[in-house]
Amino acid sequence: MKSEVLLGDEAVALGAIHAGLSGAYSYPGTPASEIMEYLRRVLNEGGFKAAWCINEKVAYEEALGVSFAGKRALVSMKHVGLNVAADPFMNSALTRIGGGLVVVVADDPGMHSSQNEQDSRFYAQYARIMCLEPADHQEAYDMTRAAFDISEQWNIPVMLRLVTRLSHSRSRVQPRETRAQNQMKYGEPRDWTLLPVNARRRFSRLMEKQDEFVKASEESEFNSLDLNADDRSLGIIASGIAYNYVREIIGESKASPSLLKIACYPLPLRQITTFFDHVDSVLVVEEGYPFIEGQLKGLFGIQEKTVHGKLDGSLPITGELQPHLVRKALKLDALPQKEAPGITLAGRPPQLCQGCPHADTFRALNQVLESYAQANVFSDIGCYTLGALPPYSAVDTCVCMGASISMAKGGADAGIYPSVGVIGDSTFAHSGLTPLLDAVLVDSNMVLVIVDNATVAMTGGQPTALSGDRLYQAVVGLGVPEVHIRIITPLPKNLAANAQIITEEIEYHGLSVIISSRECVQETRKRAKQERQG
Amino acid sequence: MKQDIILAGVGGQGILSIAYVIDNAALKAGLNFKQAEVHGMAQRGGAVQSHLRLSDEPVFSELIPRSSADMILSVEPLEALRYTDYLAPEGIVVTSRTPFVNIPDYPELDEVLEELRSLGNAVIIDSEALAKEAGSVRAQNMVMLGAASDSLFLSQDLLLEFIRELFDPKGDKIVETNLLAFELGRKAAASE
Ligand code: SF4
Repeated sequence: MKSEVLLGDEAVALGAIHAGLSGAYSYPGTPASEIMEYLRRVLNEGGFKAAWCINEKVAYEEALGVSFAGKRALVSMKHVGLNVAADPFMNSALTRIGGGLVVVVADDPGMHSSQNEQDSRFYAQYARIMCLEPADHQEAYDMTRAAFDISEQWNIPVMLRLVTRLSHSRSRVQPRETRAQNQMKYGEPRDWTLLPVNARRRFSRLMEKQDEFVKASEESEFNSLDLNADDRSLGIIASGIAYNYVREIIGESKASPSLLKIACYPLPLRQITTFFDHVDSVLVVEEGYPFIEGQLKGLFGIQEKTVHGKLDGSLPITGELQPHLVRKALKLDALPQKEAPGITLAGRPPQLCQGCPHADTFRALNQVLESYAQANVFSDIGCYTLGALPPYSAVDTCVCMGASISMAKGGADAGIYPSVGVIGDSTFAHSGLTPLLDAVLVDSNMVLVIVDNATVAMTGGQPTALSGDRLYQAVVGLGVPEVHIRIITPLPKNLAANAQIITEEIEYHGLSVIISSRECVQETRKRAKQERQG
Repeated sequence: MKQDIILAGVGGQGILSIAYVIDNAALKAGLNFKQAEVHGMAQRGGAVQSHLRLSDEPVFSELIPRSSADMILSVEPLEALRYTDYLAPEGIVVTSRTPFVNIPDYPELDEVLEELRSLGNAVIIDSEALAKEAGSVRAQNMVMLGAASDSLFLSQDLLLEFIRELFDPKGDKIVETNLLAFELGRKAAASE
């Protein structure tokens, strides 16, 4: 097969297809979205299913159903998506996975497009399953294939951990032969029905396998150990993308410290022991939290050896790794730097597009809220989060998917008035229905604005599940009285009329929902273009 | 032989199209390459950059180490200045002189250009005028790719092949516009 230029995400998708994928499920989230984007692009040639789901929990469970039927399934998400899917994720480790189940989680160190930089390797450890961490594109492809095999060998879900820089960089990938999909093979009820009587047995079984996982990790072809016989002073342990930065810097400096690359978890104990016997001090370079480093050090450290890394400040504990940080940790001189520009470089933060419907919603909202002494706007995850930045400065909170509604309800309980929630249509479908039902049950004194732009805009325009009339019907169905469900069209010419409607609903003491509905201008453009090109 | 390039611009200016052409040309030329880019929130009208690395040896890091880029190729002058700490002492800057003003505190253009000139190796191109001449103001990215092309170690023919491939779905006229934009950029840089 010909080699191809692929994003790290796309290499995973292609690896899954070639491994005999039957079903793939996801919810959009940077930096994982391009896995499903790729699968959906080639869907017609595939003979597999690939779907955007309502949220990560649903996606995970759909994948689990495929695995129960003996077929191979992929579920992909960004790191915080695994919080949403944590319930099925943790429990599925106790089932007897049939068809290979690969959980791809893309972490976002440096928070390019996220609210935190949590490290998914802890989740794999928490669930007591195996995890693979590719360093480059070819490994992303190869490890995805390997992950299906490991999953079927041990009957566990297997995590593939990506990070933004791998997900969103392109390089060459050499594909290999394609495998057929599995035949149907039904799961046994006693292995899948996690009643205490079964769950206890399954959990013991999982614990019994832990040593074998370590052995499997030690035997993994993806780890590598290079010992320098002449210089025992320092060795480097690196994993994932951090391994590339280490190779880059030691290549430049022509040094060759002993190097252990870790690509498979739980940690390969044998290699680590050999490595520690060989060197006096160790630098651990890993992207994300000090996951490896913390385990090496434990509570009391290691006698007569020093371990450097994020915990002792050799590398920063927050933010994304970069080659120059590794250079510094290795105590190499910095390269000569160009003088910084003499003028102040005005920042150019992301902002709402020209003509974005959210801008008109925020203008109307701001105009109304000006006349209240203490109004609060609880917002959510999406393009509209940018309403937090000037010139709007219209948002007080953004915590996690769906929190706008529940926080506005909690705020109202505490006496905040006006208490306003702002959530997008897709985020509402993902995590907004349940908190709105909660608000309905007590007729909470709050106003919820659902900004319906008919797409999942922030991640590149994936299809939304709940927009237009279906959205309206869902809100009615949850029990919001129809007189307090108002629909507005966020356009400059409607500013006064929209402000009037918002005021009326704030003045009404009880729950109101305002659906502010106009398509994302990027989507309008995309559609126009597609129509032009036929 | 290696070439490390920082591509810079503002979300929507098409720097990923520049990357597409170079990546595919590099694949066809049998070079190793890695190209890191930004998606998602960072893209919306904000500063965007891409690290593009070509080499006949293995390329390890996705990111170009600071002070070692051979070129900053920017579709916007202020954005070109944002990454000078990545530039090697002998590195060059190939940039548009057409400002993209979507922020209230955009500095005086003359000051920006003055800073760029003071870097030494800067090639400053009127991408807006040349793109218009080629037929579309949106083709500034291809003007800039053309302006950088003589300094890239990829052949013209390969670059042109993938410009054609990239714009082919949009019809012959857009292909022609972009090929012309590339050519005008190349000539402008040659006569700088
Ligand atoms: S992508 Fe759409 S929703 Fe997002 S800022 Fe642009 S116009 Fe608004």
